[in-house]
Amino acid sequence: MSKDNSILEELTSKEYEHGWSVNYEADEAPIGLNEDIIRWISAKKEEPQWLLEWRLKAFRTWLTMTEPEWANVHYPKIDLQALRYYSAPKQIKKSKNLDEVDPELIAIYERLGISLNEQKRLQGIAVDAVLDSVSVATTFRGTLSKLGIVFCSFSEAVKEYPELIQKYLGSVVPMTDNYYAALNSAVFSDGSFCYIPKGVRCPMELSTYFRINAANTGQFERTLIVADDESYVSYLEGCTAPSRDENQLHAAVVEIYAGTHAQVKYSTVQNWYPGDKEGKGGIYNFVTKRGICAGDHSKISWTQVETGSAVTWKYPSCILKGDYSIGEFYSVAVTNNYQQADTGTKMIHIGKNTKSRIVSKGISAGKSQNSYRGQVQVMKRADNARNFSQCDSLLMGDRCGAHTFPYIDINNPSAKVEHEATTSKIGEDQIFYCNQRGIATEDAVALIVNGYAKEVLNQLPMEFAVEAQKLLALTLEGSVG
Amino acid sequence: MSTLTKQDSFSSLIEAAPKNFESVRTLAKVSYLAQGLPAVKAEEYKFTNISKKLEQKITDFSPALPFAVTAEHVKSAVYEGFDGDILVFANGNFLPELSAKIEGIEVSLLSEKSELALGSIAKPGKDAFAALNQATFQDGIFISVPKKAQVEKPILLLSFDQANGGQLIQPRVWIEVGDLSEVTFIDQSISLGESSYFVNEVVEVKGGVSSHVHYYRIQNEGKNVIEVSTIEADIQKDSTFNSVNISLSGDMVRNNLNLNLVGSNSEGNMYGIYLLNGKTHVDNHTNVDHTIPHAESNELYKGILADQSRGVFNGKIFVRQDAQKTNAFQQNNNILLSEDATVNTKPQLEIWADDVKCSHGCTVGQLDEEALFYLQARGIDKLQAKGLLLHAFAGEVLEKIKTESFREYCDSLIQERLGSKF
Repeated sequence: MSKDNSILEELTSKEYEHGWSVNYEADEAPIGLNEDIIRWISAKKEEPQWLLEWRLKAFRTWLTMTEPEWANVHYPKIDLQALRYYSAPKQIKKSKNLDEVDPELIAIYERLGISLNEQKRLQGIAVDAVLDSVSVATTFRGTLSKLGIVFCSFSEAVKEYPELIQKYLGSVVPMTDNYYAALNSAVFSDGSFCYIPKGVRCPMELSTYFRINAANTGQFERTLIVADDESYVSYLEGCTAPSRDENQLHAAVVEIYAGTHAQVKYSTVQNWYPGDKEGKGGIYNFVTKRGICAGDHSKISWTQVETGSAVTWKYPSCILKGDYSIGEFYSVAVTNNYQQADTGTKMIHIGKNTKSRIVSKGISAGKSQNSYRGQVQVMKRADNARNFSQCDSLLMGDRCGAHTFPYIDINNPSAKVEHEATTSKIGEDQIFYCNQRGIATEDAVALIVNGYAKEVLNQLPMEFAVEAQKLLALTLEGSVG
Repeated sequence: MSTLTKQDSFSSLIEAAPKNFESVRTLAKVSYLAQGLPAVKAEEYKFTNISKKLEQKITDFSPALPFAVTAEHVKSAVYEGFDGDILVFANGNFLPELSAKIEGIEVSLLSEKSELALGSIAKPGKDAFAALNQATFQDGIFISVPKKAQVEKPILLLSFDQANGGQLIQPRVWIEVGDLSEVTFIDQSISLGESSYFVNEVVEVKGGVSSHVHYYRIQNEGKNVIEVSTIEADIQKDSTFNSVNISLSGDMVRNNLNLNLVGSNSEGNMYGIYLLNGKTHVDNHTNVDHTIPHAESNELYKGILADQSRGVFNGKIFVRQDAQKTNAFQQNNNILLSEDATVNTKPQLEIWADDVKCSHGCTVGQLDEEALFYLQARGIDKLQAKGLLLHAFAGEVLEKIKTESFREYCDSLIQERLGSKF
């Protein structure tokens, strides 16, 4: 037991790698939340009238809503009036030419290991870099636009492709969907927009890197991905934030639309600041992610590796509307110290012959709480729907918890739905087996955890898989249960 | 608003509650008033809107009056082949004159046991209906099995229910089982008449060390019966509690089965079948609370749903921080037979200890096409083959019933249902 404790102590003393922040002159909205702030943000972004009205409508609905309390997480209430809803580096002049972007800002991303310099990139990944409330730069726009692919910041898209935005904004996650989605709809500052035209297979991974830098600022970005008929895109999302003692709010909305025969793969490696070992500080990650398989034979696949955030509240979902459409959800959620995660998915089967697959792997260590919450719903008309769910939890240490809340609601007799879940710790026999073969306990744990999460990690694009594996090893280093 | 008015109807009931068990009732009353009836979106009653059902079907919120039950009633109600002792109830009231005197077992009215700590096992704070029962029950029964008693013959708790005057029936049962004893209870209710009534039952079982309790129940009452039942047991060291619940009928039935594993090396087993047709709605909520190390729980519930019936299953395994070396298994399988049948299932794990083996599985599906084909290829017609396979599906639960005569009785009811249905 004493050995376990010392190892756990070592684990809890691990530093968060991306905890630094930089000072830059920022263009900020006043603190507080009211209609004037929303008008201020909208004016700042030179938005058309319809969007301002959309925001205000969302805000007015939000005022009538109450904060959800059903999730298995506990945290002090956030004073939304004490937050700043817009903060942007002052020097920024969004330019299509990367050479004109402030080198200081590029340096921030270099330090995070994200190169915004197209020539330096080994692999073809186009990046939209979002710092606090604005998009700093978007790479490879030229290459992509030759194929007709639109990949730019949300603000630019509003100006350049208003008809697309107007058509799809809020079509998957209605502005009144939930408390945080409504808040996001009212105050969202920037995000990424991507449109893949009919029949185009996007030749490179598209990616958004979110960075929170400013203090007392909430980040509210909005991502909209539209994959027209017969197109394909793989999209990555990464995120980090400085270590601060106060909690910061991140309430994003991601919407995905997939047309007939379209395929969208959305991968997230979430590494927001998780708070210190006493549970002080850290990001509140309250995110609404949802995709609709609108066309027949379409497919949306969510892959997530959740290692950061003090509190995570996130359920990437698929609405399987088109016949023969497929939804997938692969997740590894790791919690340590005082982190709390309540994450899972919803698969709503509406079309006939729709299929979904859920693989969720939770790992809890320290004093953390890790919950899987998922719903599989088969509507009356969804003949021959098929779902398979597997939720496994691994516990390390006797102060943590792992919880499973699967909801299975079936209204069609031809549905086949299977759910299985297990909870256990790493077997002593497994460790012993490794020890016998000369593998130290520490390495054995890393090996076993990696093997445990492999099914999900395999779904990640290669560059991300490497990062995710490292992250997993780092987060759990020393945690021998 | 509707729940408010409903609460008012119950509050007059609270006013008129008997005067015994004063502190017990007061505690429950406070708890009930604090909880109120479950609201429309209350998580625990999400798919079972019992408040609305009560509003629609119950007009008289006063206790159903006792009525005359005859030996003839009893004779015709007891299933064929039963060999054991019978305790008879009418609308929740114990009828000693029709009941057996069981050697070595103490049976008395609850009102004669005013010092009993009612509600110490089925705590009123957990559920509004349990609180309502505790605040307003008329009378109930106390059954005590002494130490080292091997009660070989099952005890049949046979209730006759009907709306008589009021439509509320609130049975209350307290069972004590001494150390090293074993006993089997069979709980069966018979509806007399077709009219609606509401049964709100609470059964508390206080097990001794190394005791073994088997509690079997068959719910095959009238089509208009609304029922909420709470069975809660504390399971001591080296003890087992086996529950088998067979639901076949009713309007809306909610079963709360709570097992508290409070002694090490204890075992809680929960098995159930819900075979439903018409518009019957059955909701099985089970909760097993592992509070100590080295305990085990097993659960298997199977549902077959035809017509417009609805089956709800919510199984919760709760493993507390101290409950290391826990083994907990849970399984729920459902077969939907019609377009309009619905199943809502939520197998839930809440694990706070690390050295545990917990798993749950849940399926919703149809009969295996290949198995069906196999039987058809051998000259069995499709309907018969289906019946055969469904019977086998339910069989896995039936075989958990140790009392042979009762198992055969349940089996015949299920076969009859499957035969008539398919």
